[in-house]
Amino acid sequence: MTATETPAAARRITTAKAMSEGIALEMRNDPNVFVMGEDVGAYGGIFGSTTDLFDEFGSERVIDTPISETGFIGAGIGAAVEGMRPVVELMFIDFYGVCMDQITNHMAKIHYESGGNVNVPMVLMSAVGGGYSDAAQHSQCLWGTFAHLPGIKVVVPSNPYDAKGLMISAIRDDNPVLYLFHKGGQGLVWMEKNPRSIAEVPEEEFTVPIGKAAVAREGRDVTIVTLSLSVQHSLDVAEQLASEGINVEVVDLRSLVPLDTETVLASVAKTGRVLVVDEDYRSFGLTGEIAAVISEHDPGMLTKPFRRLAVPDVPIPYARPLEQGVLPTRDKIAAAVRELMA
Amino acid sequence: MNELNRLDLYKQMVRIRQYEARILQEYHADKSPAWDIGAGLIPGEMHLSAGQEPAAVGVCAHLKKGDAITAPHRPHHFALAHGVDMNAMTAEIYGRLTGLSHGKGGHMHLFDPDNHFSCSGIIAQGYPVACGQAMAFKRQGTDHVAIAVAGEGAANQGAFHESLNLAALWNLPVVFVIEDNDWAISVPRSHSTANTSNADRALGYGMPGVRVEDNDVEAVFEAAGAAIARARNGDGPSLLEIHTLRLWGHFEGDAQAYRGADLDTVNDRDPIPRYAATLTELGDLTEDDVATIAAAADAEVDAAIEFATSSPEPTAADALDHVFA
Repeated sequence: MTATETPAAARRITTAKAMSEGIALEMRNDPNVFVMGEDVGAYGGIFGSTTDLFDEFGSERVIDTPISETGFIGAGIGAAVEGMRPVVELMFIDFYGVCMDQITNHMAKIHYESGGNVNVPMVLMSAVGGGYSDAAQHSQCLWGTFAHLPGIKVVVPSNPYDAKGLMISAIRDDNPVLYLFHKGGQGLVWMEKNPRSIAEVPEEEFTVPIGKAAVAREGRDVTIVTLSLSVQHSLDVAEQLASEGINVEVVDLRSLVPLDTETVLASVAKTGRVLVVDEDYRSFGLTGEIAAVISEHDPGMLTKPFRRLAVPDVPIPYARPLEQGVLPTRDKIAAAVRELMA
Repeated sequence: MNELNRLDLYKQMVRIRQYEARILQEYHADKSPAWDIGAGLIPGEMHLSAGQEPAAVGVCAHLKKGDAITAPHRPHHFALAHGVDMNAMTAEIYGRLTGLSHGKGGHMHLFDPDNHFSCSGIIAQGYPVACGQAMAFKRQGTDHVAIAVAGEGAANQGAFHESLNLAALWNLPVVFVIEDNDWAISVPRSHSTANTSNADRALGYGMPGVRVEDNDVEAVFEAAGAAIARARNGDGPSLLEIHTLRLWGHFEGDAQAYRGADLDTVNDRDPIPRYAATLTELGDLTEDDVATIAAAADAEVDAAIEFATSSPEPTAADALDHVFA
């Protein structure tokens, strides 16, 4: 015990804890908010997203479900249309295959099909990403797949502050929000973590707006447009390259739907060089979308050809050299930036 | 459990049949070319429910305002029996701005939040949603129930089985209704399901299951009453399988060549004349009544068609609205 108390503003927590704090605040604010999913109760979520919620709110509001994703995601939708605000966890986004009909044909379309008369205010949160040898069925990001389908807001926090603020915004939103958190950014004790996955987060409630990107680091030479764990990697690279005299701006998209094209375009207009870093598959996805946004606006903005770094259209492999070979690692990001500056 | 009112059951069945018969006529009336499913005042697929009225009417007779229904691709009978406004529903089927969804949904996607009615064109996928509605009703401390409707072909979908397990596990106020009309489009039940009764499957999930034979509206009324009362009292879900009749094709334009001898007797099994005969025998119905009831239904249907056809169509720009709230 020490005589001094840590001031609240300096309190540092993991991304996982920040998510669950956001949920807890909204559960205290609104009795319609409840949580359900596999192992969200006493376990606290396999990746910590519901840490401590069970102790505070009990099994009536933090509900462990059977392994039955179509059943409980559909139940989340039904509860939402009747005025509840469920926060439902799909343990890994890779499990989308067993419940995609509920997500895309129901969660995403009911508002539109009803001509705006029925709202589906639910949060579907799910763990994404690789880097720890979980192989092809437990390591994907897939945000591009969901962002492609109309009717779902998609948010992708990269750090503890945004994780909490975006969670509160997502729960308060009257639309279905897919909240994708990277396992490697959760600050888990059992996985290699970037120091940026533990950070200062206010204890009180605050929101981070959905649909607003952040300039995570200002720079003048080259823009990295990225999201999720790749923001942390890109910030590490930016620090490293600063010593080589390369001044990198990092744009953290934070939301894919709606996409903040203004912040992207403003940054690219300033630097004239862009690298999009995406842990999702390369083709028909986010990197191509950003290229299209720039070209539709003004292809003349770029002083160097558009560059992208993404998973090269292969399933995520298991062995460490294979997986590290396809993920957008720091060395690959640094190399791509150097090429843009050459 | 509501009192049996035979005349009300009959009137509601006739109302639905007159509606479906008129939609059938309107659907084909101006198709040019006649084979083009996308042409005409009512474009797209059309799944009509003629012959299945006893299922909807027998179940809905026990529902009250605030109870929910999720219906499948063949939804009109349940919509009308549950109180969905005929004008707004018809306008939706015609794709008009005054429709339930301003023309965005069409006949397979009818949403009436006021009556907690919705449908989905993906079979069995309304079942999980009904579980969630039942969760909400329970959490909100109401005695409302959710009715999940699907055909016998849907009972081999994972969503069906997941939903039965969830509802039993969480003791949800849901009644799962299977309309067994013998045909999953062209595939007879005997070619899709080894078990001849889905009521048996319900037992496997820890809930009561009842199979009602003969498309008998009073038998449906009785079985549904027990299941709905059980849900309303907090005693949990039930499954009700109703052996009913698909009087017409899977969708309009379906020549039904696959149906063989089954088609020869189909009109003899029409539940509406049969129930009229029963009521006449009981002294509850005269020939004049039959005509009067049909005429009243026709008048309501005429007005709904007139409302729909005189309503404005949406414009292309309207397609961009309502993606998000």
